[in-house]
Amino acid sequence: MSAIYFTEVAHSPTQATVQRLYFGWLRFLKNPLAVAGLVVVMLLVLVAVLAPWIATQDPFAQDLTQRLLPPSGKHWFGTDQVGRDMFSRVIYGSRVTLMIVSLVVAIVAPIGLAIGTIAGYAGGKVDTVLMRTTDIFLAFPGLVLALAFVAALGPGLVNAVIAISLTSWPGFARLARAETLIVRSSDFIAASRIQGASAVRIVLRHVVPMCVPSLVVRMTLSMAGVILTAAGLGFLGLGAQPPSPEWGAMLASGRRFLIDYWWMATFPGLAILAVSLAFNLLGDGLRDVLDPRSES
Amino acid sequence: MPVDPVTALVGDQADKETYRAAYERLGLDKPLPVQFGYYVRDIVTGNFGTAISTGHPVIEDIQRVFPATVELATLSLIAGVLLGVPLGVAAAVSKGRAVDHLARIFGLFGYSVPHFWLGLIALVVFYAWLGWIGGAGRVSLGYVDVVPTVTGMILVDSALDRNWEVFRDALRHIVAPALILATTSTAYLSRMTRSFMLEQLAQEYVTTARIKGLTEWRVTMHAFRNIGVQLLTIIVLAYGGLLDGAVLTETVFGWPGFGQYLTSGLLAGDMNVVLTCTLMVGVIFLALNLAADMIYRVLDPRTR
Repeated sequence: MSAIYFTEVAHSPTQATVQRLYFGWLRFLKNPLAVAGLVVVMLLVLVAVLAPWIATQDPFAQDLTQRLLPPSGKHWFGTDQVGRDMFSRVIYGSRVTLMIVSLVVAIVAPIGLAIGTIAGYAGGKVDTVLMRTTDIFLAFPGLVLALAFVAALGPGLVNAVIAISLTSWPGFARLARAETLIVRSSDFIAASRIQGASAVRIVLRHVVPMCVPSLVVRMTLSMAGVILTAAGLGFLGLGAQPPSPEWGAMLASGRRFLIDYWWMATFPGLAILAVSLAFNLLGDGLRDVLDPRSES
Repeated sequence: MPVDPVTALVGDQADKETYRAAYERLGLDKPLPVQFGYYVRDIVTGNFGTAISTGHPVIEDIQRVFPATVELATLSLIAGVLLGVPLGVAAAVSKGRAVDHLARIFGLFGYSVPHFWLGLIALVVFYAWLGWIGGAGRVSLGYVDVVPTVTGMILVDSALDRNWEVFRDALRHIVAPALILATTSTAYLSRMTRSFMLEQLAQEYVTTARIKGLTEWRVTMHAFRNIGVQLLTIIVLAYGGLLDGAVLTETVFGWPGFGQYLTSGLLAGDMNVVLTCTLMVGVIFLALNLAADMIYRVLDPRTR
């Protein structure tokens, strides 16, 4: 096995890929805000995975003798109206948030990519039908449409995820289509078409990979919005249901006690803000790396 | 949340016959396409159904609650423009320097902060602790229904009535929700203004103006005049976004507007309310998009 050097001219596709990733990584490291965003997102994953070991108490254990206690050495973030430890609940809440984010990505990315690339590559009637459908979804503001879907599906975490996914795929489809239109007329696509490659093969092997970078950026940036919408649905009582330690639902239950017991709504809110800010910072940094055109 | 509309209407104690009767009266025994046909027919003729929770036709309810939202969103938009546009210009002019970085951080914050949480915090700090602002609702309890309803917007109505006491009270109530609702639009407008301005400042006429020895202020004003149309377009679009944000902000501040009406309808399983509200917002959104398009065509000679 030959060593890969970062400074020499690439001799193999693998080496070229590694070099590109390495230089991208170097550029990413130059942006301290983006690095901070990455650190917080990784922290979220770590906290979610290690929740049982980080949490100091059982997040569901009620203890009415310990209710509404202010932050202390025993209860770092205080306790709620039924005596549950707020710190442990916020920690476990990271699992819910991470699950929502992962599920939305898993649903939206393939759908948006498929619809966008097919519309862009096929053109004509297919394009018109698919894009008019996306336009209908884009005609409604996100939260209101998500509310309407939840009203039809019924409240709950899974339905909230479905509702959010239904409202967020059109943006990705639009983006994938725009990228596809640029790639479609390039020479290397023409070359592989002359060689007899099928449309499916061209889309999967050549068009989709070209769409991925901008889609990743867009995905990261929109995760912030997904987290806010999910928390908003939870806050309205339409997302995750109690006793789930979802941050938005925790805010809602802390609301009645807020004036006298400030910690009940403060910490879940800070958690939402931190994670959503982190995704925004990360997305911003990734855009600078993956899309040199927007470098400011 | 009772999702079954019949149960919501007759209650879960009703016997089978009552249930059956209500079921048929709502047309639920018909096939789905037929039901949808009825629905479209009703919509086209302006019949949006009755709200189960209030007992009034939905359209009347919306007419009653909508001015409150318009008032909130308009004030919010004004705040967003007054804060966001100068911030964007300042960021563009001092690109890469401290002001630019601050504007960027503020923008990211505006995109990331949950409004409802900010609202709760504002209520605790500025209402409960400091007493600077009014609490939930549009006016304090003693001022409810004091001024005659003309436009439905309490600030306008109290000003028309020359009742400055109510006006001041209403202002104390609206300032927090309006400013919090404005965080997103401020962030959006400042970002867009910055990129529009950067585009203009890179043009050759700016270089010419500088060579002529114009002050930086005059140069900036030159460039600013040229982003007017683009700016107006996105301001119109930002207004649509405010309607979306109003749903949560209104819930937190007990603001009796469109968003709160929608949410309470949702929690009561009142599909007439939910559908009509969603439809209304969609229509308003489309209308605003269309308006933005028209503004562009009318004001920008290049598009003719």
